[in-house]
Amino acid sequence: MTDLLAPAEWDALRISLIVALYSVVFSLPLAIAVAWVLARGRFWGRGALDALVHIPLVLPPVVVGYVLLILFGVRGPLGSFLDKTFGVRLVFTTAGAALATAVMAFPLMVRAIRLSLDAIDRGFDEAARTLGAGSFDRFRTVTLPLMLPGVLSGGIVAFAASLGEFGAVITFASNIPGETQTLPLAIYSAIQTPGGDAAAARLATLSFVLALAGLILSEILARKVRRMTGH
Amino acid sequence: MLDVAIRTRLGDFVVDAAFTAPTPGVTALFGPSGAGKTSIVRALAGLMRPVQGHIRIGDAVFFDSRLGIDVPAERRRVGYVFQDARLFPHLSVADNLRYGLHRAPGDDRPIRFDAVVSLLGIDALLARRPYALSGGEKQRVAIGRALLSQPRLLLMDEPLASLDAARKAEVLPYIERLRDELSLAVVYVSHAHDEVERLARTLVVVDGGRVVAAGPIGELTGRLDVKGISDRTDAASAIDATVLAHDDARRLTRLGFDGGELVVGRFDLAAGSHVRILIPAREVILATRRPEEISVQNVLPGTVDGVRLGNGTALVRVRIGGVNLLSRVTRDTVERLRLTSGATVFALVKAAAIERPTASPD
Repeated sequence: MTDLLAPAEWDALRISLIVALYSVVFSLPLAIAVAWVLARGRFWGRGALDALVHIPLVLPPVVVGYVLLILFGVRGPLGSFLDKTFGVRLVFTTAGAALATAVMAFPLMVRAIRLSLDAIDRGFDEAARTLGAGSFDRFRTVTLPLMLPGVLSGGIVAFAASLGEFGAVITFASNIPGETQTLPLAIYSAIQTPGGDAAAARLATLSFVLALAGLILSEILARKVRRMTGH
Repeated sequence: MLDVAIRTRLGDFVVDAAFTAPTPGVTALFGPSGAGKTSIVRALAGLMRPVQGHIRIGDAVFFDSRLGIDVPAERRRVGYVFQDARLFPHLSVADNLRYGLHRAPGDDRPIRFDAVVSLLGIDALLARRPYALSGGEKQRVAIGRALLSQPRLLLMDEPLASLDAARKAEVLPYIERLRDELSLAVVYVSHAHDEVERLARTLVVVDGGRVVAAGPIGELTGRLDVKGISDRTDAASAIDATVLAHDDARRLTRLGFDGGELVVGRFDLAAGSHVRILIPAREVILATRRPEEISVQNVLPGTVDGVRLGNGTALVRVRIGGVNLLSRVTRDTVERLRLTSGATVFALVKAAAIERPTASPD
């Protein structure tokens, strides 16, 4: 089994999964909060927040990577703060690759969650109020379970997008084997290397299998959630 | 006592409603669609904030614009049965029922889970999900869920309106049971007079955002000037009575009321029970002399107390002892028999025309 791929290719798979997992796990709570604020909130600056969240969707990924480099670079305002206070460096690290994919996938996640939030009948919230539930209680016991299908599909879409993110990762985190080289970056490197065709084909097949497995898994999960939420 | 006086504006629609009603007991908010009934109950629940006024029940103040009091909905302990049930789709029936129960104060839960489940006949549904319930079952579970939140006031906003006649007939007896077995303050919204006359003790008639009449139901149904009640072609008098005796041989039951006795078709309620009967005005015949050898079982002497002339027909109110009985006759009859206030008449009521008595709401 381990002979199927070269060690460097196993590394690329491992890093891709870690980067995608981190990016989804850490951005999901924030995405839920932002989606909720955009769907239910009535405040000044809501339109600006909406635009800010959606910008990575329309910007070239390289530009997103470049902006991250400016902000989170060792001499950037946020990067130097993180470095001095926590000793954390994001550029050229796996965590940095996760941050870049998270920013790129964030709008997809927020959109999916917001759609499911908009579809929830506000009447359930009123019913929970008359039954004595305060606002956080209602969010936890009514809104969150009912928006679970959206959270799930948002998470899966974001995971898939994170696996495939190229431009922002290579710009911000660079293409370091065993550290930031995810599958698309490894494929790119293999294509650039003389005699790397076979490796590129193997990695491309791997990406294909991964995508298929993701689709099947999401379908199974979606069915389970639908049953759970009673649809 | 429930004491409500609210003023608010919803777009172009102004709600300016005030009424008081005794508690416990069922108070019906009655009126046509769009009259403002739902706005009033939403204000009672705290889901809508009136611009000014007050809402009090007993010694609890829910809202008072002058004192700056506005208790949030989640702390009012007002049970709300919505027209569309609104059961949580991700929870089982049992978990829906317990949602409010778990959030009620631990030391004040007189309404027991088992009692509600058997009262509403929902034992067999507990493990199911809301999507697997019929409309009538959903509404019964919604009533149970609201009851178990241990409400100080139970609001029912047209709980039967979305059900067909058969489902209505299925749910209505359960509402009567909860009225009779739990001593609760209930506000029941409806535009169906049969529900209102069967369930309510106090009637609040709402139209155009205002309360046009309010009072004990027997009093209001005996009035000639209440919009939506006395101008109905099927106007009826609601009379509270007591079962005196059953005559099994003749298949009849004798009822006593504040003004005499009535004979109706035999029904199963023990002697001494308090019942409410409805007598449709168009089924009441008037005579100026006591008729003899006639099929009508009930001949009640009384005095004409008021006449309201309509298009072609007239509504005559006859005072019999302590109750009012409405009779719909043609305008010609009014002139022919000289039916004016003070005239002595005999009201003739066929036993078969009296709607089956139901347990009295009082």
